[in-house]
Amino acid sequence: MAPPPETTAVVFDAALPWQRARAVALRPEPFGALVYSFATRKLSFLKSKQLVTVVQTLADHPSATAAIEASGVPETQRAAYVKALADLARSHMIEERTSVPPTTRELAAGPCAEAGNP
Amino acid sequence: MTAVLPGRPVGGRLVDQFEYGLDAPICLTWELTYACNLACVHCLSSSGRRDPRELSTAEAERVIDELQRMQVFYVNVGGGEPTVRPDFWHLLDYAVGHDVGVKFSTNGIKLSKARAAQLARTDYVDVQISLDGATAEVNDRVRGAGSFATATRALENLAEAGMRDMKVSVVVTRENAGQLDAFKALTDSYGAQLRLTRLRPSGRGADVWGSLHPTQAQQRNLYQWLLAHGENVLTGDSFFHLSAFGEALPGLNLCGAGRVVCLIDPVGDVYACPFAIHENFLAGNVRHEGGFQKVWQESELFADLRSPQTGGACTKCAHFDACRGGCMAAKFFTGLPLDGPDPECVQGYGETALAARDGGRAAPKSSLDHSHTGPVRGQPTLLGLPAMPPAKICEESPLVGLDGCTT
Repeated sequence: MAPPPETTAVVFDAALPWQRARAVALRPEPFGALVYSFATRKLSFLKSKQLVTVVQTLADHPSATAAIEASGVPETQRAAYVKALADLARSHMIEERTSVPPTTRELAAGPCAEAGNP
Repeated sequence: MTAVLPGRPVGGRLVDQFEYGLDAPICLTWELTYACNLACVHCLSSSGRRDPRELSTAEAERVIDELQRMQVFYVNVGGGEPTVRPDFWHLLDYAVGHDVGVKFSTNGIKLSKARAAQLARTDYVDVQISLDGATAEVNDRVRGAGSFATATRALENLAEAGMRDMKVSVVVTRENAGQLDAFKALTDSYGAQLRLTRLRPSGRGADVWGSLHPTQAQQRNLYQWLLAHGENVLTGDSFFHLSAFGEALPGLNLCGAGRVVCLIDPVGDVYACPFAIHENFLAGNVRHEGGFQKVWQESELFADLRSPQTGGACTKCAHFDACRGGCMAAKFFTGLPLDGPDPECVQGYGETALAARDGGRAAPKSSLDHSHTGPVRGQPTLLGLPAMPPAKICEESPLVGLDGCTT
């Protein structure tokens, strides 16, 4: 089936709870990670291991800000991380979490069951 | 995991990271069979007849299992004509069921109404219909009589079944380079998306490349057209050599061979890139111990390809950062050195290099050829049988816009 058109503009609010989108798979790589959306067929790159940690742990925190803080991102870099998450939200790689904690995934095991995130 | 090569930079530009390779390919092409009902003059894999050593269903399933473990998000399935494999639909379901998305290229021969409806219902499957002319006249000269009708019937079936955003995949040639707007209009009329790729001198393409590759003027038009259409037109990062005209085109803009791209051929051989079916670019076979993962992560050939280029004529060029020296396969199969300019270098260095080639030394040729040995139904007419129609697109096709006629 064809991917849905990206018509809905996503407003990113770091004070809200977020998670990696359910149709998104993440693959660790030496430079960080690749993220791929099976829904939009878009590929993105997480360019640091710390950003990978932030994205992986979004679902464990009450807000994106909390996830960034808990990952040990230095204060001077936090604005850059908020911007990176805003970009990921715009491309539907992360989504706002409405129910906590998320338990269901759109995909079976495999791409979504990478190490450290059973 | 890939051994991290000495010298991999931390941070910095992604293109520099990709040159050092990845733990798994981003873009893996898997040709399921060398069998094809057509005999396109420019076939990159010289397909036609099935190879008796092709992977069995069980072997293909094992490859998919491995791709799932390696988190290869999707595969580009091609051939030959992949849908003529009797287990094609099974393998499609098997891949999707194992979280490996499938984008497959087809000439449309098997896309009946029923199959179109099945595809429209299946998630994580993208279909690419190959078409090399916006009109039957231009297309069928290269792909064979009746192939335009087959492709457009498949597009109709898909559109009718409610499939959206299927791709129409076009190899840009001297004969269709004036039809870009017509391709876009045709594609839009089916609710499909246009994908343009570059003609390589690979497979049978080597025999026709000299007469079919776009002229410099056509390359410039194409570059401007691609810039104007941005990400609405897909290119598979195919035209990065055009970035040396000035502005970078969307995409990674580097040769991904062995770094982010590779090919698994129908018999399980792994090559650096789909356009490089030649023993010099053969890295291993998925049937061997360790399977595909071992080939991707440990082959010496791929390790070599993952060392950034530091020497050669191109590294001294002001545009090297834009085009990274162009396409490896295009250089190789035109007999040019791999660290020199692309034969279609937009700065003109390729033409100079082609002219300076040693006339006594033939360009390398693949030892693999699965071409049909006898005539096929719908033989392409480009090669002269039957008599060549007029060479100019404009004389053949009243539908081509004036733009096409003035270039």
